Amino acid sequence: MTSAGSGLTLLQTCALSLLVFTGASQFALVGALAAGGGPFTAAAGAFFLGVRNAFYGLRLSQLLALPRAVRPFAAQWVIDETAAVSLAQPTRRAARIGFVVTGLSLYVLWNLTTLLGALGAEAIGDTDAWGLDAAGPAVFLALLAPMLRTGTERTVAGLAVLLGLGLLPVLPAGVPVLVAALAAPAVLWARGRARASRGDAPGEDR
Amino acid sequence: MNVWIAIGVTVLGCYAVKLAGLLVPAGVLERPLVRSLAALLPVALLAALTAQQTFSDGQTLVLDARAAGLAAAAVALILRAPFLLVVAAAVVVTAGVRALGG
Repeated sequence: MTSAGSGLTLLQTCALSLLVFTGASQFALVGALAAGGGPFTAAAGAFFLGVRNAFYGLRLSQLLALPRAVRPFAAQWVIDETAAVSLAQPTRRAARIGFVVTGLSLYVLWNLTTLLGALGAEAIGDTDAWGLDAAGPAVFLALLAPMLRTGTERTVAGLAVLLGLGLLPVLPAGVPVLVAALAAPAVLWARGRARASRGDAPGEDR
Repeated sequence: MNVWIAIGVTVLGCYAVKLAGLLVPAGVLERPLVRSLAALLPVALLAALTAQQTFSDGQTLVLDARAAGLAAAAVALILRAPFLLVVAAAVVVTAGVRALGG
């Protein structure tokens, strides 16, 4: 629905949902295009949001022990929700069932709601009058909130907000978001230095 | 046409990282630095996107009804409301404030 409000056609909206199937990346791409970003800067932001799926795949490939021939097909369903469900199962059989059931039901539901949302938005016309332009940021905030567990995440988020808003008036559309992504390595680096100067052993602190 | 290029690039990129996780040997991606960077990148991107889509119009910074909508979403999140209710809160409050002339 946000997508149709940003000037994508019905076909483009559904193709995005069917083929990308990673919510955060879809919304990011649509948002960047709506703001006037070029196709490659928009896709770069969406791509970096999808990188975390590689780490779910890493866990799942050991857990599910999929045959090599099945992996290219299973890959499309490697997302937040299927990883969460599969990793919570006690046995390999249960994990496999969990992965397939979650993947299939989410894939069908997600794409159906995309179609209905896009049709609905076309029928409404001016989506801004209905407050639908606030749906995009609300989705991002809902995805972000559970990730803000420790001070490190909050520092990264705060720095990214400052960079994203501060650079918006001066850099071409789509670029400030990519610069804001540098908040992640910057904060990691600063924390690594602080730890080194205290003489602590490096390691994870969660 | 630009939209189709962007969709195509995103489709390929997002599928490639999903597949990479299933195919790449565990050792390559299991280093702590790579893992924490992958966990923090979405935090930075989502925070920047949230702020930009709330407080900007094109390339100018603005404060309008969307800020009230986002505040409503934040309250809903603190109250542990389900996903759709969070989005609905933002939409309804934004439309309401706009209707009142905000």
